Amino acid sequence: MPETEQIRHLISHAFKGQHADYIEVRIEEREASRIQYRGRELEETGRSTSLGGNVRALVNGGWGFVSFNELDGLEGKVELAVNQARLVGKEASSFASVAPVVDMVEPEGVKDPTTIPLAQKKSLLDEYNEIIWSTPKIQTSVIAYGDAAKKVIFANSEGSYIEQTKMDVSLRIAVIARENGDVQQATMSLGSSGDFGFTQGLQHQVKEIAQRAVALLLAPHFKGGEYTVVLDPVLAGVFAHEAFGHLSESDFVYENERLREIMVLGRRFGGEHLNIVDGAAIPGFRGSYKYDDEGVPATKTYLIREGVLVGRLHSRETAAKMGEEPTGNARALDYRHPPIVRMTNTFIEPGKVSFDEMVADIKEGVYVKNWYGGMTSMEMFTFSAGEAYMIRDGRVAELLRPVVLTGNVFVTLGNIDAIGNDLEMNQGGGCGKGAQSPLPVSNGSPHIRISKCLVGGR
Amino acid sequence: MERVLELAKKVAEEAEVFLASVTETPVGFEANRLKRLETRESTSLSLRIIKEGKIGFATTTKLGDPQALVRMAVDTAQFGVEARFTFPSQQAYPQVEVYDPGVEAIPIEDMVELGDSLIAKVRDHTPELVCEAGVIKSMGRVRILNSRGGEASYQKSFFTVALEGTLIRDTDMLFVGEVESSCQPIMDLTALTDIVTLQLELAKNTASVSSGQLPVVFTPRGVRSAFLSPLALAFNGRMVVQGASPMVGRVGKQLFDNRFSLWDDTTIAYRPASCPCDDEGVPSQKTVLIEKGIVANFLYDLQTAALAGARSTGNGNRGRGGMPSPSVSALVIEAGDTPFEEMVRDMKEGLVVEQLIGAEQGNILGGEFSGNVLLGYKVEKGEIVGRVKDTMVSGNIYHALTELSAIGREAEWVGSVIRTPALYCPTLAVASKG
Repeated sequence: MPETEQIRHLISHAFKGQHADYIEVRIEEREASRIQYRGRELEETGRSTSLGGNVRALVNGGWGFVSFNELDGLEGKVELAVNQARLVGKEASSFASVAPVVDMVEPEGVKDPTTIPLAQKKSLLDEYNEIIWSTPKIQTSVIAYGDAAKKVIFANSEGSYIEQTKMDVSLRIAVIARENGDVQQATMSLGSSGDFGFTQGLQHQVKEIAQRAVALLLAPHFKGGEYTVVLDPVLAGVFAHEAFGHLSESDFVYENERLREIMVLGRRFGGEHLNIVDGAAIPGFRGSYKYDDEGVPATKTYLIREGVLVGRLHSRETAAKMGEEPTGNARALDYRHPPIVRMTNTFIEPGKVSFDEMVADIKEGVYVKNWYGGMTSMEMFTFSAGEAYMIRDGRVAELLRPVVLTGNVFVTLGNIDAIGNDLEMNQGGGCGKGAQSPLPVSNGSPHIRISKCLVGGR
Repeated sequence: MERVLELAKKVAEEAEVFLASVTETPVGFEANRLKRLETRESTSLSLRIIKEGKIGFATTTKLGDPQALVRMAVDTAQFGVEARFTFPSQQAYPQVEVYDPGVEAIPIEDMVELGDSLIAKVRDHTPELVCEAGVIKSMGRVRILNSRGGEASYQKSFFTVALEGTLIRDTDMLFVGEVESSCQPIMDLTALTDIVTLQLELAKNTASVSSGQLPVVFTPRGVRSAFLSPLALAFNGRMVVQGASPMVGRVGKQLFDNRFSLWDDTTIAYRPASCPCDDEGVPSQKTVLIEKGIVANFLYDLQTAALAGARSTGNGNRGRGGMPSPSVSALVIEAGDTPFEEMVRDMKEGLVVEQLIGAEQGNILGGEFSGNVLLGYKVEKGEIVGRVKDTMVSGNIYHALTELSAIGREAEWVGSVIRTPALYCPTLAVASKG
């Protein structure tokens, strides 16, 4: 990639003489490596590099967007984006003003994971694979390790110029057990914003998931219906993300009158004990950053405070259209996409109830842990538990086959009747929205209890 | 490309270079009106080598530095997997029509007009509907070269029209929508708007079903949302080689309803998943997976085919220039003989599923699906009476598709990955609230 001064010059030159309400350029250089095992064998090792960029322009409320791999001819690309925007625009642009920023952001105290030799990464994964394969009845397994470092240059027509270097490491392990045509699996998914260290010392957890996959073969099927469920911090974090987080992304709301009525600030969603927060400004997680992809400084936003809707996530356009402050939540998966409103680090704040108290008065319920995934359609959401146990007479009892929980956000948040005191953040998540997936995010929560939750089964 | 191949041949026994470039022009509509015009260009160059019998792989978008690409591939080859295959030499490729110059020639203005008329048509039925829509044209080129003299290249055009409508009443949200895609321009929107207006019509009233075992009809879109993922995984050669697919060792066995046939086919003219060859240069073909309920074959790329002692079925696909791996290209479920209305008439109390969400998150490898009915209707005494909500449907494809009550007479493409008729399951677990 060309040097900073050269790039700044190139971009400011390309902006010259263009008449638009707003123009931005993003240029991104990325290096990544991945190692994947399937079964006993290494299946894939690969490295990649990429360089690409985009121009986005706003004219009279209409957007133009051009993405490319070839940096030459930037002027022509800016012109194309501006012309596209002009063809679309038919009203006054709404775009929240943000003070221009010039900044260079380097991650602090983190060694670039892409520079750690492949041999070192491989020997660690070899050890985990040994542990998996020392467990009887394992049919196959997947260990997928990936790391990436990227430098993103952002410049806009208002004078901002920001360089940010970001790193990401992820590790996913799935163990599959099979007996008599029945297949069961157990998984774990971890990640960090660059620190390789978390991948080490997982021997005990790896053994545990291998054993669980085998145990699931003997686990009974579950009878679907309404139950009181207790969610562990991982799954409750997914719940906060799916059930509520997506609904607070303003791009769904800002141009839909009826949704604006439903999502009116001040509406009660849950009890006094419920607080839900999102924020990239909380440091150290996979969803953390200093500036979003529109150059807006990251914030910490209360979405629900004491059970009441008090905020939502914004891009500069949605903030202006709704007359609210930008929150720095405009994120793009990479240079091939324009930024859209996304979550960052989303969590339910801890309450006062201990896990034992939470379970104590449940006669028949379900304790669900871990996650396979989750999905929302705004009103309805589903999330699937990687692990489920019956709760009988106040005690966690037998292991069940994996279950899927579903609900209606407007009802379910109000049905949270206990919030634990044990907040934990999970870093293994990747969020999908539109074609942009997986975007690094983190979710978290303490244990929570939901009454009358619909659980699928047969 | 030739330069990369030359350099790679100096350091490795075998090499393969893959170049893909795409120019995409999406026209986006938000809240019923035109919101953005885009141009997306991307090119990626990938190198796969076999060095000392092991596979090395690297990919880049920086076309100007072939040395670096070779270096990265060599770096990964030291820890690479043992190559069990050789690259295909020069092949005879089938003639598969996937390029229509008419796509590139469509002016942006016409695409804008198409989107506008699409939105206008469905809002004609329901004026309060808030629509997002996309009209996308794209042109792609692929070229593959390998050290055994294999060479393939083709050009492809795509056209996609998509609509999603949201209707909100109090906190009740209804989502309707459909996507249509082809390698030729789509100018007649009737099929798409018919589906969406029917969804709106059937969802006008709401109804609730009882929890328990009920008969369920999956519309083509319902089939996609419930069955595509478990089927795609079960017939993936990689899962088979690993022994992870429940289909392992079942070739020749009757595991599904004896009217149920399934195949993968990349030779159908003008379908977005079609092409003369896969991303490893293996000729495209039709691969039968289930023949009248009997398991027939699996989908392989070069490496997994070698491990299975089989031949590649031309399913070595690369996601964005990555390493090839076997995957479904375009699945086809054979149509049956029962009209949709007849299936509905047959149910005393039952469910029609148009869209499940979350069905793909459970133990899909084990064939399980369990999802919330995002769009579906209750049937009472042979009539659709209204839309259901807060309802989950769960089952396992190895039970659900073993004995079907009926298979629909009309098959439809749902997106680009599956063409299917409606499927009528005699009984599935339904859990419902209220």
